[in-house]
Amino acid sequence: MTTPAPGTPAPDTTAAPGGEPRDGGPSPGARVLGWARRIVLSTPVLAIGGALVLTTLVMLAVGVDPSLAYPALLRGALADGNLEYTIAAFVPTLGMALAFAIPLRACEFNLGGDGQMAIGGVTAAAIALHLPMVAGVAVVLPLAAAALAGGLVAGLSAPLRTRLGIPAIVTTLLISTPAVAFASYLVRFPLGEQGTGIAQTPPLPDATHLPALAGSSYVTIGLPLIALLTVAWLYADSRTVLGYEIRATGQNRDFARYGGVAVNRLAAVTLAGGGAFAGLVGALIVLGPPYRYVDGALTAPGYTFTAVAAVLLATARPIAVPFAVALLTVLQVGGQGMEREAGVPSQLTQIVQGLIIVIVAVFATVRHLRARRGAGA
Amino acid sequence: MNIFEASFLAAVLTATTPVVLAALGGLICQVAGVFNIALEGQLLWGAFTAVVFSHLTGSAWAGVVGAMIVTLVYAAVLSLASVTFRADPIVVAVGTNLLALGLTAFLMRQIFGSGGTYSSPDLAGLPTLAELGLDVPVLGSQSPLVLLAFVLVAVVGWWLRRTRSGLRLRGIGQHQAAAAALGLKVGGYRHGVVLAAGALCGLAGAQLALGNVTLFSEGMSAGRGWVAVVAVMLGGVLPWRVLLACLLFGVAEAVGFRLQGVGLPQQAADSAPYVITLFALILAGVAARRRPKEIS
Repeated sequence: MTTPAPGTPAPDTTAAPGGEPRDGGPSPGARVLGWARRIVLSTPVLAIGGALVLTTLVMLAVGVDPSLAYPALLRGALADGNLEYTIAAFVPTLGMALAFAIPLRACEFNLGGDGQMAIGGVTAAAIALHLPMVAGVAVVLPLAAAALAGGLVAGLSAPLRTRLGIPAIVTTLLISTPAVAFASYLVRFPLGEQGTGIAQTPPLPDATHLPALAGSSYVTIGLPLIALLTVAWLYADSRTVLGYEIRATGQNRDFARYGGVAVNRLAAVTLAGGGAFAGLVGALIVLGPPYRYVDGALTAPGYTFTAVAAVLLATARPIAVPFAVALLTVLQVGGQGMEREAGVPSQLTQIVQGLIIVIVAVFATVRHLRARRGAGA
Repeated sequence: MNIFEASFLAAVLTATTPVVLAALGGLICQVAGVFNIALEGQLLWGAFTAVVFSHLTGSAWAGVVGAMIVTLVYAAVLSLASVTFRADPIVVAVGTNLLALGLTAFLMRQIFGSGGTYSSPDLAGLPTLAELGLDVPVLGSQSPLVLLAFVLVAVVGWWLRRTRSGLRLRGIGQHQAAAAALGLKVGGYRHGVVLAAGALCGLAGAQLALGNVTLFSEGMSAGRGWVAVVAVMLGGVLPWRVLLACLLFGVAEAVGFRLQGVGLPQQAADSAPYVITLFALILAGVAARRRPKEIS
């Protein structure tokens, strides 16, 4: 890798307002205009805009009317009955975003979220079904075990990366396929509900159900839990020694090593940490409605890659991750509404996500090169 | 189970061929110093376009050529972004892989009217070598692309070793700045290999969708592009070693398929190729660690 990944922490450039004299006291109007310019021309806005333009072209090329599709998409995500569902989908997507973002800060790619999530989910289901549950820890234990299991699955990639030099992007993906298959085997046979012919576990005992938030049937305490953990990550990333060392490793591995950072240990910590979030997401899905592990229900909605697109869209600003996740969740959930209402295949949202990633990658480097050229001149 | 049975060897060849073709694309990129992980998406895209062109024209060969051309054009996204705009090829490839998954599933519904799997008696598959007059055991049941894949392994090996452009390509991979200083157009060579890898993935996809079977199903590349990436990591820049790595995958898939017939769960059979590929990667890594470091 010769060019820095756009996900790696960029030098903090936010301190310099774009092109404005610092102490000249520009008129408020000019300042607002300057901010507007900076926002409109920022990489994420350009990437979303570009992706939507290209997607519209795809729609027109195959004879879909965008003026029907886009409103249907928005209604599908934000209309009264659907908003709750969008919020429910936001939780796993944000969790998977952390699963990808945490290792990415150390420049490790974790694309094996599906496998880590499936193993986490099946672990949670197995514990909820087969361990006698004490009230109180009945929810906590499966969640913790799932996080541990997801962390272990992702952690397998760490020694392969640090001792054998095999990129994590390859090993996480290669481990993911068998991991998903293994979870699928478990819910079909040893853990499966007998006599139904459907690949799912029996309903989990009531004590292990995640409490729903007041007045909602889909949104559980998973939402505040993930929100809390996200805040903890944001704090750890920007304000702690560990976060600093991770960022230093991501920016320049050799320099960090020279500075005394245990870079190999950090690779393991970040990969396992990311995997723990993926495992936790698996448990949150399984312990939430419909309160069982249904084969394919974890991986089919595509949380993992929606999250990857969101994290890359956030262009190395951790604070932007929740917002990017919210945006892409709206797109993803809205896509299903669009399919129901306007008959446009929901895979359209995958196209938008792919385009966003490509465009962000291009803009991030072009800007980086231009900034370097500007600095050199 | 007799592993020297003709039908078993045929199954190995069938499973190996798409991976070998994609891996050759990855190999030439590797030689030029480009880490190409976009093979998975391009393989899928090749399979889809092969079926679309075969469906539209009624000719399997039109499907093959169409898949090569369209996938080459698709690879131009990667080549433009990563070579011209110097974007991170890994991130761009993650994007194009996802894009291929979305586009093929979306267009499938628009063109064939349904998702999941498309197959039809009208869909022209590739002929077997036996039908073309080469009726020999094992190979006879294969498509001509299987033979072509093995020929291409030899051709790429010869090209890299024995020709001027092959030497230059290796030079670019070994020391980009030195190659540029000698006046080589580094960007041009890199564009060339990324696009050629696209065409090879188109060929691989055509073999997968019109040779191995005659259908398209969503996500049918099913990780083969990633296995090809691993094959290149295992084989380095030597085509015959990459071929061996791909054969390992082919054997694993064929054995898994056989064992499924005697009661192995389908999930285990599906995972076998990935688990075995991973173990090969680990063993190769351990072996490389044991070897004394080269003096550089």
